[in-house]
Amino acid sequence: MKKIKKEDVKHVAKLAALDFSEDELRKFTIQLDKILDHVAKISEVNTEEVSPTSHVIEIKNVFRNDIVKKSISKEDALKNAPEVMGGGFKVPKID
Amino acid sequence: MTAHKLHNMLVKKEISCTDIAKSVLSRIEQVEVKTNSYIRVEKEKMIEEASMVDKYIGKGGTVKDFTGIPIAIKDNICTKYITTTCASKILESYVPVYNATVIEKLINQKYVLTGKANMDEFAMGSSNENSYFGSVKNPWNIERVPGGSSGGPAAAAASGEAICSIGSDTGGSIRQPASLCGIVGFKPTYGRVSRYGLVAFASSLDQIGPLTRDMEDCAGLLNVICGYDENDSTSINRKTPDFKSFLKDDVNNMKIGVPKELMVKEIDKEVKSAVNKVLMKLEEMGAKIEEISLPNLEYALSVYYIIAPSEASSNLSRFDGVRYGYRNREAKTLREMYKKSRAEGFGDEVKRRIMIGTYCLSAGYYDAYYEKAQKVRTLIIDDFKDAFKKYDVLISPTSPTTAFKIGEKLENPLTMYLSDICTIPVNLAGLPAVSIPIGLSSGENLPIGLQVIGDILREDNVLKAAYNIEKAVGFGRKPDNL
Repeated sequence: MKKIKKEDVKHVAKLAALDFSEDELRKFTIQLDKILDHVAKISEVNTEEVSPTSHVIEIKNVFRNDIVKKSISKEDALKNAPEVMGGGFKVPKID
Repeated sequence: MTAHKLHNMLVKKEISCTDIAKSVLSRIEQVEVKTNSYIRVEKEKMIEEASMVDKYIGKGGTVKDFTGIPIAIKDNICTKYITTTCASKILESYVPVYNATVIEKLINQKYVLTGKANMDEFAMGSSNENSYFGSVKNPWNIERVPGGSSGGPAAAAASGEAICSIGSDTGGSIRQPASLCGIVGFKPTYGRVSRYGLVAFASSLDQIGPLTRDMEDCAGLLNVICGYDENDSTSINRKTPDFKSFLKDDVNNMKIGVPKELMVKEIDKEVKSAVNKVLMKLEEMGAKIEEISLPNLEYALSVYYIIAPSEASSNLSRFDGVRYGYRNREAKTLREMYKKSRAEGFGDEVKRRIMIGTYCLSAGYYDAYYEKAQKVRTLIIDDFKDAFKKYDVLISPTSPTTAFKIGEKLENPLTMYLSDICTIPVNLAGLPAVSIPIGLSSGENLPIGLQVIGDILREDNVLKAAYNIEKAVGFGRKPDNL
């Protein structure tokens, strides 16, 4: 497996919407490299003709009748919001 | 004291719920400063609820199982109008507007909530050192970790700060702390217990379960919390059996497999020999014991540390400072707000897992990591399937070591991850498993736990085996130097 570099960590941080200081970047580069190197052990397993498992039990789509039920109130839905305006979630300028 | 003993005393009116609540509360006041088991203790509410239950019983109300029993709830399970933090700064002031299904079920029994128990942030950790609200200490020795991520629920139940607890288990988070704290911890079959209202970590692995002082309370709590729930699309639509009915003296001819991949060199000699002693006892009691091999278990840790972080990175993307949780107030743009809120709101281990998961799911790496891991997961499941064609249960240690020292593994994530080598395969296959205490280590007097694993939906065999082990071992010890 390829060695993890600082640039990789920066790129993944961007994808994950995280922000790291230089110190953190250095630490995470070393740690992620070690962890990913360890888990790459699975590459030695022969998985030809093995299908992947996403869930252990058989899952079917669950449907219900299209009947309107009571849901949480707008007041409750906004209760935990850091900022609210005009009955909606307020956010900074979208860039 | 156990819940079933208190239940009998309540029925005979030898004690009141208020008496029980007050005694648990005084224990909390005495030892909480040492253990830090709770993020929030519901002092007034506890007494209030207990006295309401007393009134209800006084009027002739039925004393059901766990009526009036003080129970601690892990802080990643939503409790209506009571803060649910996941031990994270990002949810420090999050107040759910609904109850998790398990909470509704406990309310139906008229339980008494002691408080919200401490944990590793977002249930990520094996030592309970990753909590924004500080580490939990092991009640047997406060210089040692209680295990994790349900370290708070385990420490609370072990120290008497709760009669029993409810936790969650994604890779061993109920069983490993139960083992390190000398109590019983059960992870039911995936889908037995509704995950509605459990803050998601890794959705294909997470399962809620009980932490108790004995098998009878364990089976009793399973009876309460299991069952189909239309609010959880992964909930299994099967009738819940009476789990207590499986607590029978009968291991004669029970077929027990001991996977050699779970008795590897990483397991402490003393832990191994304690497990072997129990196996010998079971053999004397008529069980048939054989060593077996599940070759793909060797890859379980690697598979887990790809799948769990991948699912977590997706689940935790909802914490963006918009609808709930911590927000950085200085950010000028939306994107900056997302980044800064998450960077300041999550702790290091959570960030590490989000990063691993994001990497494994990212373009160019998905096939080599995530998809490959899903395939090896299939092979692990197949190994278990083969084993359960021949054996009723499998037995292994729960944790490779007894409780380790606080700080010992904090700097090296990989060593920490190894704490779960025996428990992780069980979650990957969705199986039911329990950890029960089987003794104390000779030098440090720290609890040793044994794991019993059953086939999908075969909690009956797990309970039967564990109940007989409990009786044969007669552990019955409590931390007494707190």
